[in-house]
Amino acid sequence: MLIRDLLQETFTALLSNKARSGLTILGIVIGIGSVIAMVSIGQGASGQIQSSIEGLGSNLLTVVPGVIQPGRGIVSSGRGSAQTLKNEDVEIIKKINGVTYVSPELQRRFQIVAPTGNNTNSTVIGVYPEYALVRNVAIDQGSFITENQVNSMERVAVLGPTVAKDLFDDSDPIGKTIRINKINFKIIGILQPKGSAGFFNPDDMVFVPLTTMQKILAGVDYLSTIAISVETKELMPQIQEQATAALSEKHRVDPQNPDFSILSQADILGALTQVTNTFTIFLAAIAGISLLVGGIGIMNMMLTTVTERTREIGLRKAIGAKKKDISMQFLTEAIMLTFIGGAIGIALGWILSILISSFAGIATSVSLTTILLAFGISAAIGIIFGYYPARKAANMNPIEALRYE
Amino acid sequence: MIECQNITKIYKNGEIETHALKNISFKINDGEFVAIIGPSGSGKSTLMHILGCLDTPTSGEYIFEGKNISKLSDDELAEFRKNKIGFIFQMFNLLPRATVLRNVMLPLIYAGISPQKREERAKNALMASAFPKEFWHHFSNQLSGGMQQRVAIARALVNNPKIILADEPTGNLDSKTGDIVINTLIDLNKKGHTLVIVTHELYIAKHAKRIIALKDGEIIEDTAAEKSKSLKIIKE
Repeated sequence: MLIRDLLQETFTALLSNKARSGLTILGIVIGIGSVIAMVSIGQGASGQIQSSIEGLGSNLLTVVPGVIQPGRGIVSSGRGSAQTLKNEDVEIIKKINGVTYVSPELQRRFQIVAPTGNNTNSTVIGVYPEYALVRNVAIDQGSFITENQVNSMERVAVLGPTVAKDLFDDSDPIGKTIRINKINFKIIGILQPKGSAGFFNPDDMVFVPLTTMQKILAGVDYLSTIAISVETKELMPQIQEQATAALSEKHRVDPQNPDFSILSQADILGALTQVTNTFTIFLAAIAGISLLVGGIGIMNMMLTTVTERTREIGLRKAIGAKKKDISMQFLTEAIMLTFIGGAIGIALGWILSILISSFAGIATSVSLTTILLAFGISAAIGIIFGYYPARKAANMNPIEALRYE
Repeated sequence: MIECQNITKIYKNGEIETHALKNISFKINDGEFVAIIGPSGSGKSTLMHILGCLDTPTSGEYIFEGKNISKLSDDELAEFRKNKIGFIFQMFNLLPRATVLRNVMLPLIYAGISPQKREERAKNALMASAFPKEFWHHFSNQLSGGMQQRVAIARALVNNPKIILADEPTGNLDSKTGDIVINTLIDLNKKGHTLVIVTHELYIAKHAKRIIALKDGEIIEDTAAEKSKSLKIIKE
């Protein structure tokens, strides 16, 4: 039997019962469409998180005090609770080959008051000039913290755009004075907006020289973070190892069990990807239930069709059709139904994901993998749910089938 | 040439055994026109299924052109039916949503004939069964019973089978259209086709050249039509 004949038989059979074929296809359309739409939401979320984490700075390693186990979450690590990172550690890290910039940081939350009377509670970070290079932040107006200002412990501040708006509304804050923890600071610059990266929002921060932060504001001599930017991505694991070894030696602790942790973007990304993947699978599973119902619809239709066409099956067998010919014919019908349903479903799901992102503002992304997967699933459903009816038809006894009323 | 040697068919339904055919032997030569007759329950349908390679005997041998086919598998039987046997059924069994031409071409699909040759052979078969040309592209369910049966005859012919088996070919037709169908079959026999008709209707059987009469699974008469006593019994 030629493939051309098989397709012609299939189309004739499906067209002879348009309403039933249409409704069965609709079941698959809804199933595949919702899988595509749901997975696109999940993938959109994970894509958004990935790009914002990469936007935090390229080839970035972060040294934090205390022990963080990857995957257990970063938020609960109690950043700043341990006091093991000191200014001298920075010099040791700078000596490692392949390190381009090192940015020591100390952050605290303080109450900030503007001369307008507005006040806000925000994160204040003491930084070196390297911060801007390591963390990929750009100045919108004015200038960033300079080395001189760090050395002379000046009381100057650079505002993130959110803080600037909170404190000064729409007026120009450059040159004005704000009070951080009751101490006056002169505003020398405003950052460009960058957008939130989940747990970390650089727009809602105030930057001061590190020395000012340590001696005047916080009155401590330790650091909360050391950010390291590495020359190339390939060097990152190596630098991570060397920095661990060097700092362990300095701190006189066992390198297997240090009193600090070095995280790469990959670690952070890995933890968040785990979350978004679970989210995607959860959404896909819900949509998958409707796909399963669609598949049962296919089986139901095929069983009805096989029973209705018992005499035809008997005749085909009498004139020389083998079991394979009969089972292929019904299997092709089932696959054709799911394939048509799959194609329409992909289009529908795609349109749906576009509508979701434009009306609900949720990022969505339809990838080629998703589409191929959806086609694969719909063909598999055709085969799985069409197999039993097709086998039933193929195993009919031709004599009994011809007599069937 | 086909030959039945001591064919027995037993149907088992739980504990009950039904002996549909008991030790039947006969030969049919090429070009014959045989009517297998008998009352219902005589085993003539079972015999027809075995002759048509739709079923295999419980014991005994069925030899078709020198080949023993009594022990073949389902798919091997299908292969055999495809090339050697043409069927005509009481209920016509045409595909309702297909044209006359497509119905006749159906066996050629399974025989692996190319689409171009199929149409040519289907048209030849339709002409051989005297089917009017203007209905070739009609759907089969738009035709009268007599016309449908002639489509079925063309379908049986299209593979050039060794033997044409007709199971009550006029059973669903009135006597006038039945005559047209039977005359078509007689013409085919005159052209050299071997023809076996299974029937319980006298006026069909009387056209045959040879009568095999069955009763309770046994042959009670196997003779030339003009000498047949069974025909007379039915007549009375």
